[in-house]
Amino acid sequence: MTTETARAAVEAGVPDRRRRRLLGLAAAAAALVVLVLLSLALGSKPLPLGEVVTALVRDNGEAHTIVVDQRIPRTVLAVVVGIALAVAGALMQGLTRNPLADPGLLGVSAGAALGMVTVVRFAPAASDLAQVWAAFGGAVLTACAVFLIGSMGGRGRSPVTLVLAGVALGAVLQGIASTVVILNAGVFLTMRSWQAGSVEGLGWSTVATIAPFVGAGLVLAAYAARGLNAVALGEDLATALGGSRALTRVAVIGAVTLLCGSATAAIGVVWFLGMMVPHVARWITGPDQRWILAYSCLLGPSLLVAADVVGRVVVIPDEIPAGVVTAVIGAPVLIAMVRRRKASGL
Amino acid sequence: MLRAGEAASTRSLLRVALATIAVALAAMAAAVIALGLGSMQVSAVDVVRALVSDAGNAIETVVVQWRLPRVLLGLVFGLALGLSGAIFQSLTRNPLGSPDVIGFDTGAYTGAVMSIIAVGGTALVIPSALGGGIATALAVYLLAYRRGVHGFRLIVVGIAVTALLGSVNTYLLLKAELWTAQMAAIWGAGSLNGLDWGDARNGLAVIGVLLVPLLWLGRRLRMLELGDDAAAALGVRVEPVRLALVVVGVALSAVVTALAGPITFVALVAPQLARRITRAPGVQLLPSAAMGAFLLVTCDAFALNVPPQALPVGLVTIILGGAYLVWLLVAQSRKEMR
Repeated sequence: MTTETARAAVEAGVPDRRRRRLLGLAAAAAALVVLVLLSLALGSKPLPLGEVVTALVRDNGEAHTIVVDQRIPRTVLAVVVGIALAVAGALMQGLTRNPLADPGLLGVSAGAALGMVTVVRFAPAASDLAQVWAAFGGAVLTACAVFLIGSMGGRGRSPVTLVLAGVALGAVLQGIASTVVILNAGVFLTMRSWQAGSVEGLGWSTVATIAPFVGAGLVLAAYAARGLNAVALGEDLATALGGSRALTRVAVIGAVTLLCGSATAAIGVVWFLGMMVPHVARWITGPDQRWILAYSCLLGPSLLVAADVVGRVVVIPDEIPAGVVTAVIGAPVLIAMVRRRKASGL
Repeated sequence: MLRAGEAASTRSLLRVALATIAVALAAMAAAVIALGLGSMQVSAVDVVRALVSDAGNAIETVVVQWRLPRVLLGLVFGLALGLSGAIFQSLTRNPLGSPDVIGFDTGAYTGAVMSIIAVGGTALVIPSALGGGIATALAVYLLAYRRGVHGFRLIVVGIAVTALLGSVNTYLLLKAELWTAQMAAIWGAGSLNGLDWGDARNGLAVIGVLLVPLLWLGRRLRMLELGDDAAAALGVRVEPVRLALVVVGVALSAVVTALAGPITFVALVAPQLARRITRAPGVQLLPSAAMGAFLLVTCDAFALNVPPQALPVGLVTIILGGAYLVWLLVAQSRKEMR
């Protein structure tokens, strides 16, 4: 029996499942639109929605400046980074079959950050694009190491082992990055605002730098989705089904590198977003990776935009970086997950 | 049969004792070498001469006045961290249950950063670091508690809380003045820089006081490893003893963090290495202490002399210790695979 017929059989048994998934997808899209509008309206100077809409179509003075020059670019960036991190998290959870996988927890973001720090320190004149490439370098090495560790171990292996290895790896990489940063006041100044996971003051140039890479990462992710469904059936069955696991693995590592490297290069290390979003997606859709990825593309940006808006309005006129907000939300979620059960279920 | 068992236990005791002495000697040797290193190189013989006699020359000033407090604190802090790690790892029955993994250090850092920013100086760093660390350790323990504390749950909760506090720390540093932020960041990396005889006396005194109850608690810790019921049958009052051990373990780690900043991974690694050398079952207090002293003195000498510019020792321990942890986990996985 091929995957296709198996899936057809399953879906015939649940005729309205597909409709429910599509409806959910529409609801998630609507939520994202609402959050984006809120993000354009709220801030240290709140604007009525009518004025925001007017500002979008014609120049109505101050509102136009605020919305078009400041809020639109940061919102678009939050959307792009949110997609990248959520999809990266979903891919990592799918490949390692580990519900706790997250680009931040597993150290991939720390690897990307180390790449960035190295370039900023030793080639201060390097372009933004060079920094992004350096982040890719760090991310790909870490991703390979993490997946290598993840592929070891017997059947009874606890999902926590991989997380621990990732955290330890992340600690090492962060230690090296701190070494570079602490020894140099100029780098310290540049990196400390970047490290916090904030989209404040970032503009179109950042979006333009990372967007092509995020796009490429999403294409790879779409390709890998089917292979990941086979992986979820278990190693033996996946081999029997004949899907090329090696190819899937390479595609996933490539996608995670592109997505996570771009996101980290743009706004720094963001914790837990990549862990939480795929869980919510799986909870709505069930185990099909293609649906999980589609939902992650909408829920990830929703969460990051929401975090950015919250960070903007709680301490006016100051701002809390979106990355700090997601960590504050995410830590209790992780704690609840490990308290609830033995943290398996993939 | 009984006699054979006794002989084996004597042999293993002898092995533990010999290993402890060997590691302690290695720590001493490392300390002597560390005293000789620096912009003015002093040979080991001259170092020992300066330590034992009262020559009053330049060498004595450099070695005894300038370098000795730091090296001494390296030894004693390492000893304290090794003991603290051994106590926690034994109580949680998990090699990863050490105070640095379960969020103590990050909490102490948060407390210290808050006081540095709020007060504007380092006056209240020590009490706030203690407060932050103890509160965090307590919170992690309570959050992980659910019909007992399961090792892995404790660790993941620790990781979650560490990540949360880590981003709060980043935010606090972001809002601070650049100079304050950099000062806090250097403290946060964990460093023996700038510690003088005054600090050394305080540190030695507090840690010395903390060692006294351990003389009494050490044997009971070993009994607790057999399980609560077995320990109770042997006449140990389980709960008070456990509480006392937690207090001493937290305090040992807290003193180090308050004076030097969070020096991570020594508490994690020292008991593990000690166990590998002694090949004894369970966690051993004395070998762990000796190993901690050796590790911290060696790492500090490395951090001070090898890179082009002196590094905080915490960065060296985090890099080496993290790498060791990765290796430990990989080795464990491979063993399970077979």
